[in-house]
Amino acid sequence: MKSASAKRTVGAAFDVQRVRADFPILDIKVGGKPLVYLDNAASSQMPQPVIDRLVRYQREQHANIHRGVHYLSETATAEFEAARSKLARFVNAREEREVIFTSGTTEAINLVAHGYGRKFIATGDEIILTTLEHHSNIVPWQMLAEEKGAKIRVVPVNDAGELLVDEYEKLFNEHTRFVGLSHMSNALGTINPVKSMIAFAHARGVPVLLDGAQAAPHIAIDVQDLDCDFYAFSGHKLCGPTGIGMLYGKAAQLERMQPFKGGGDMILSVTFEKTTYNTIPHKFEAGTPPIAAAIGLGAAIDYLSNIGLETIAAHELELLDYATSEVNKLPGVRILGTAEHKAAVLSFIVEGVHPHDVGTLLNQDGIAVRTGHHCAQPVMRRFKVPATSRASFAFYNTMAEVDALVAGIRNVQKVFA
Amino acid sequence: MSDPKALYQEVILDHNRKPRNYGALADASHHAEGHNPLCGDHITMALRLDGDKVGAIAFEGESCAICKASASMLTTNVKGKSRDEAEVLIQEFRDMATGKLDVASEPHHLGRLTVFGGVRDLPTRVKCAILPWHTLHAALNSAGSTSTESEQDPMHAPIGDA
Repeated sequence: MKSASAKRTVGAAFDVQRVRADFPILDIKVGGKPLVYLDNAASSQMPQPVIDRLVRYQREQHANIHRGVHYLSETATAEFEAARSKLARFVNAREEREVIFTSGTTEAINLVAHGYGRKFIATGDEIILTTLEHHSNIVPWQMLAEEKGAKIRVVPVNDAGELLVDEYEKLFNEHTRFVGLSHMSNALGTINPVKSMIAFAHARGVPVLLDGAQAAPHIAIDVQDLDCDFYAFSGHKLCGPTGIGMLYGKAAQLERMQPFKGGGDMILSVTFEKTTYNTIPHKFEAGTPPIAAAIGLGAAIDYLSNIGLETIAAHELELLDYATSEVNKLPGVRILGTAEHKAAVLSFIVEGVHPHDVGTLLNQDGIAVRTGHHCAQPVMRRFKVPATSRASFAFYNTMAEVDALVAGIRNVQKVFA
Repeated sequence: MSDPKALYQEVILDHNRKPRNYGALADASHHAEGHNPLCGDHITMALRLDGDKVGAIAFEGESCAICKASASMLTTNVKGKSRDEAEVLIQEFRDMATGKLDVASEPHHLGRLTVFGGVRDLPTRVKCAILPWHTLHAALNSAGSTSTESEQDPMHAPIGDA
């Protein structure tokens, strides 16, 4: 990482104002009010070093990859593959070829449902998911189950929004073939006890996919320690560009899977009689990928790694604890998701006010929160609400922004009094 | 651009707090259900036509303030109107909410319903305001149920989710 801006935080106490200076968008005004961006679980913002990296690639290094013998193609290929090795280190993969570039978490999960599921899951087999899953870790498995005549089993949660691990263990039987599990809930912020859940599944020969879309920005990921078979996340929630993400898969799993998309780059030879597929990771990367976005994601990983995931997590936990205690002081406001282990997400209900009205009024104060079902309708049903308002924090948020949120909620209550 | 703050004017808040013509209508001749799956808004609209006129009208359901106030003000505005007059209001309300009708410079029959003009600057809230009017249209034409996500809906547009 060449950026001086990110480096200056290394080794020093975390200085949120210095970090904020790296994010030009945080200076904008919304309707004349300073932006208070608390929708990081949907998408986080991009720091200047990542923006600069995208521009430099486009100005000086762009060509198609894995093809030409010319200078630009070789440069672009080297930068693209360098981004892959950054991602491999970021999740502590054994090998770089265990990292597949995808368009995001959704495509990564679809890749596994197709590449693994359609090959190895058959009629009567069972797939275990949890109530906390985002729709993107439900629907691909439902499509697979419908096609194959397989069955989805669902792990319930308690009133705090924690998975009932006993119930999870009871769901296993001789038909269980796969587990899809969110590392961290997008709607409630719950961090699931994935390591022990993976060990339980492995003891029964069942592979596990972790949806890390929410966890990756907040928790240092070690796929070897977790021992997950697959791990998926998106670049744009990690201060990177949209349209890029990754699937980690154990090499042995990836090798026995069938390709997802057919096309260029994923083949070794093609005749009309027979096509020989490329080796991993290329087997799963048909067509020209979003090269700039992949390199930008590599720069974002550098940026975050320079600050340090532990530093990031510590600051975010302070924000969450402060926000939780301040919101708890407001009569008529209920927090959804009170798990012992949670991160960076505060879902809440203002009694008597629909979340969309909350969101629109907060927006008038310049405060960006997410309102709706958060693509997690089973969670909403479990807690018997149509929707919630969700504030989600990043390391560049401040205590003053939490105060602005709390003042904004008070204003909502005043308007609707 | 109008001040979006204008959206939560006292008249809207008042209709949200004390919705008019709220409840069931025992002798309804027409009714329909409206649903916005994106935010869970759900309302039913029931009316009784006396000849060509809307003799009675009522609504009920669960929704955000914009939707509820829109439904409430719909009922007070449509009561006593003919079918054709109601359809004109439906069209004008839709056009105002989607920015096709500039109520400041063009003729219309919306009266106080222009308090909802501000939604045109809030694309994700347009559907909230418009749902009761779609539902009224469905009821008048006895379509039974309507959804802001139906393909025939001129307002049909995906809203991103995460």
